[in-house]
Amino acid sequence: MFAFTVKRIAQGILVMLIISFIGFGIKHNFGDPVRELVGERVTPEERAQIREKLGLNDPFMVQYVRFLKNAVQGDLGRSFFFKKPVTEVIAAKAPATLELVFCASLIVVGLSIPLGIYAAIHPKKLFSRLIMGGSIIGVSMPVFLTAILLIYIFSVELGWLPSFGRGETVTVFGFWDSGLLTKEGLRHLIMPSIALSSIMLPLFIRLIRSEMMEVLESEYVKYAWAKGIKPRRVWYVHAFKNTLLPVITVGGVQLGIMVAFTILTETVFQWQGMGSMFIESVTRADTALMVSYIVVVGAIFVVVNTIVDIIYGLVNPVVRVTGRK
Amino acid sequence: MVTTWNRIKNSDFIYHFLRDPVACVSFMILLVLVVSSFAAPIIAPHDPYNPATIDIMDSELPPAWNAEGTAKFLLGTDDMGRDLLSTMLYGMRISIIIGLGAVALQAFLGIVIGLLSGYIKRLDTILMRIADVQLSFSTYMIAIFIGAIFQMMFGVANYEQIAAPLLILIIGLAEWPQYARTVRASVLAEKKKEYVEAARVIGLSNIRIMWRHILPNTLSPVLVISTVQVANAIMSEAALSFLGLGMPMTKPSLGSLITAGFEYIFSGSWWITILPGILLVLLILVINLLGDWVRDYLNPKLYKG
Amino acid sequence: MSELLKIKNLNVDFALRERTLRAINDVSISIDKGERLGVVGESGAGKSVLGFSIINLISKPGYIDSGQIVFKGEDISKYSYDRMRTIRGNQISMIFQDPMMTLNPVLSIGEQMRETVFAHMNVSKAKANEICVEKLKKVYIPSPEKRLNQYPHEFSGGMRQRIVIAISLLTNPDLIIADEPTTALDVTIQAEIMDLLLELCKTDNMGLMLITHDLSVVSQVTQRIAVMYAGTIVELGDTATVAHKPQHPYTVGLLGALPQRAGSEKRLNQIPGVMPGLAKIPAGCPFSDRCSLVGDICREKRPQLLEKTNGIRVACHFVE
Repeated sequence: MFAFTVKRIAQGILVMLIISFIGFGIKHNFGDPVRELVGERVTPEERAQIREKLGLNDPFMVQYVRFLKNAVQGDLGRSFFFKKPVTEVIAAKAPATLELVFCASLIVVGLSIPLGIYAAIHPKKLFSRLIMGGSIIGVSMPVFLTAILLIYIFSVELGWLPSFGRGETVTVFGFWDSGLLTKEGLRHLIMPSIALSSIMLPLFIRLIRSEMMEVLESEYVKYAWAKGIKPRRVWYVHAFKNTLLPVITVGGVQLGIMVAFTILTETVFQWQGMGSMFIESVTRADTALMVSYIVVVGAIFVVVNTIVDIIYGLVNPVVRVTGRK
Repeated sequence: MVTTWNRIKNSDFIYHFLRDPVACVSFMILLVLVVSSFAAPIIAPHDPYNPATIDIMDSELPPAWNAEGTAKFLLGTDDMGRDLLSTMLYGMRISIIIGLGAVALQAFLGIVIGLLSGYIKRLDTILMRIADVQLSFSTYMIAIFIGAIFQMMFGVANYEQIAAPLLILIIGLAEWPQYARTVRASVLAEKKKEYVEAARVIGLSNIRIMWRHILPNTLSPVLVISTVQVANAIMSEAALSFLGLGMPMTKPSLGSLITAGFEYIFSGSWWITILPGILLVLLILVINLLGDWVRDYLNPKLYKG
Repeated sequence: MSELLKIKNLNVDFALRERTLRAINDVSISIDKGERLGVVGESGAGKSVLGFSIINLISKPGYIDSGQIVFKGEDISKYSYDRMRTIRGNQISMIFQDPMMTLNPVLSIGEQMRETVFAHMNVSKAKANEICVEKLKKVYIPSPEKRLNQYPHEFSGGMRQRIVIAISLLTNPDLIIADEPTTALDVTIQAEIMDLLLELCKTDNMGLMLITHDLSVVSQVTQRIAVMYAGTIVELGDTATVAHKPQHPYTVGLLGALPQRAGSEKRLNQIPGVMPGLAKIPAGCPFSDRCSLVGDICREKRPQLLEKTNGIRVACHFVE
């Protein structure tokens, strides 16, 4: 298990190196660090001086290594627009996005497991057919359209819920702006989290259902029936525990992917998180900020994937003992 | 290629298809949507690309069944005074072309890469690792990143001019791993079979074995994912357009129409965004339903339940 | 001896989309208390379906169409689900073919054993563990206390099948249905498992229904043999007679196909053709299109399973 963990972490670091390389490549070709530092009202001579001082005339690889060194120390450059180090900008925006992803994940996990199991155990019942029919409509619905529909119905027509922003937030631990602790904050969270979960929920239901149905056909489930144990135990212990393995591998990665969908959700709801910040940085040609978003999100994905793999190892006794897959 | 086609033609494909009402209805709707979008220049009541026919005074007119609507614009007009029905038909044509183009590119890349990595051991690890990483990042994310990088490279104005081919390229580059994995899996399965061994024994070249013997056998899984991938590509295009990385408003796709109408829902002009939205969902839904049916049909193993 | 299980005129059907196929056709058979019966036939002959139909666990879309399954004097074929559950794994337990597949990979051996105990007995966890250890000892698993916490993949195939046998013993059943219990194992281990099963049946006076395609295995373990072909029993009688003087042409062919019976110089005798699928069973005698003795009557009339001269029951028009 230890060797397995080490191997997974090493792979994660390798992927991070590749991402940082791509990120640096973009920055090197399209960014302008001088502008990021001093703005545009500088004479060409001064520019050349600053370039030399910053080492921008050094060979690509030398600059890349310097970039890596700084990145490890938490310095990813300065945002041209915000006039601040990008790490500060991202750190200020991250809580909004993470809370959104957290709430959406709760919805996805909380609903998909019971619905998926039900649809697998009783495939012929009307309610299962409704679940499956609903989930294919859900899969076909782009996330931003769901968001727009929600706004149209609940904000414009009914006037029940706020259509944009985070509402009232409270600063906890000195740095984390949380919307989870005020009534207004929670009210603002409802529609964005439903919209964000709408894309993963049907995928999860379909995944859990099909995996579970496959497991229910297996020999060991048949044997469990033959032992005369209660249906509940066969379904929830024998079948569901085996369903969990593939669901964790696929599902964990999918929950990480929700970070990608925050770009769309945040844009619709003008949610002041990392996703809308990224799109703004693209329109403002704020290269340093854009690249750091890619690197940070890349890091989140790598961490999520690594954790998922390790959890998979913990759940699956075959991996746990032998230490390899 | 020939074998798959014969299998489809001679099997009870049509018979089973006709017995499944969902598949039939989906197919009919898809047919109507595709035909009407490609026939847009003929059947659309107005030409949304011709500024001469557009009057800004007509903007934001509701659909004809509404009290303020006029019969001239059946589904109302958008914020620029364009006939919404015509704009939607033209927009759907763009969405479908980009969807098909992107899938063609993905399929090409994916099949080539899948064949290579299934057949050449040395390339396998690295190619599949790239595919894995790309998949774990979600194809959306990759598409958005590539789109953002392209926009930075070309500048917004140039980007918009060549948006359609660029979107095909972006979505194609983002989604090839699906194909590569599928093809690789079936190549590995086929490679074990005796006829490939036999072909090698009689001295056929690797390329010939791959092209004539292995490729045809990988086509049915490719067919299964292709339908779903078209739906995904259309969705990706819509998402990119929504983020301002897609089709410009002068040549809107369904996605950019939804975007353009979004701010008007607050003033009550819901149709500009909701109607293209419904059309988009309908288009994707029928493709997905057909995709489900094709998968169930070609994989009867799953059917027993 | 008293009768433990009696199957009367059992018919099992499989409902497919287009048509309904009969997998078990008018089968009647009985097992006495403590008796060991072998059910022999090629794969697809319906012997597994017969085994599963006894505990009403036929895979969908199969179902019992008609007939009776009388266990200890009661027709259990019409039991409700919950009532059936008190029989399954309790009074009648099963051993499956592949021990690699029958044990759940994510549950420890102890968990999979205890759940069977809890399903049928009202005991404490400590008591359940005690029962599990006792049964594991019975199947010669070394240091059973430690083994309870291990997972199936930590055992070899033979060990796993021993565990499955131990599970089947937990509730002291009256009948064990063993469906090809040694087919998936190495040849050397096959004999060990068979000997163990025989020993356990003898000491506990348990009934055994041994389902297999391997005649030589059956003849070592069982007292009576039923030979199945295409969903029907074609020959039924005591093991010694059937194994040495088979009457039905199919049994004759089956024995002729065994390597040790054909002398070293002779070629193995093969039955020509293959057993027909359920949809293609011929009218009249199901064996008619492969039989060397076939006559006109065989193609028209299905032979009854009747007692012949030496006390063996045979379903053939030509056996006297």
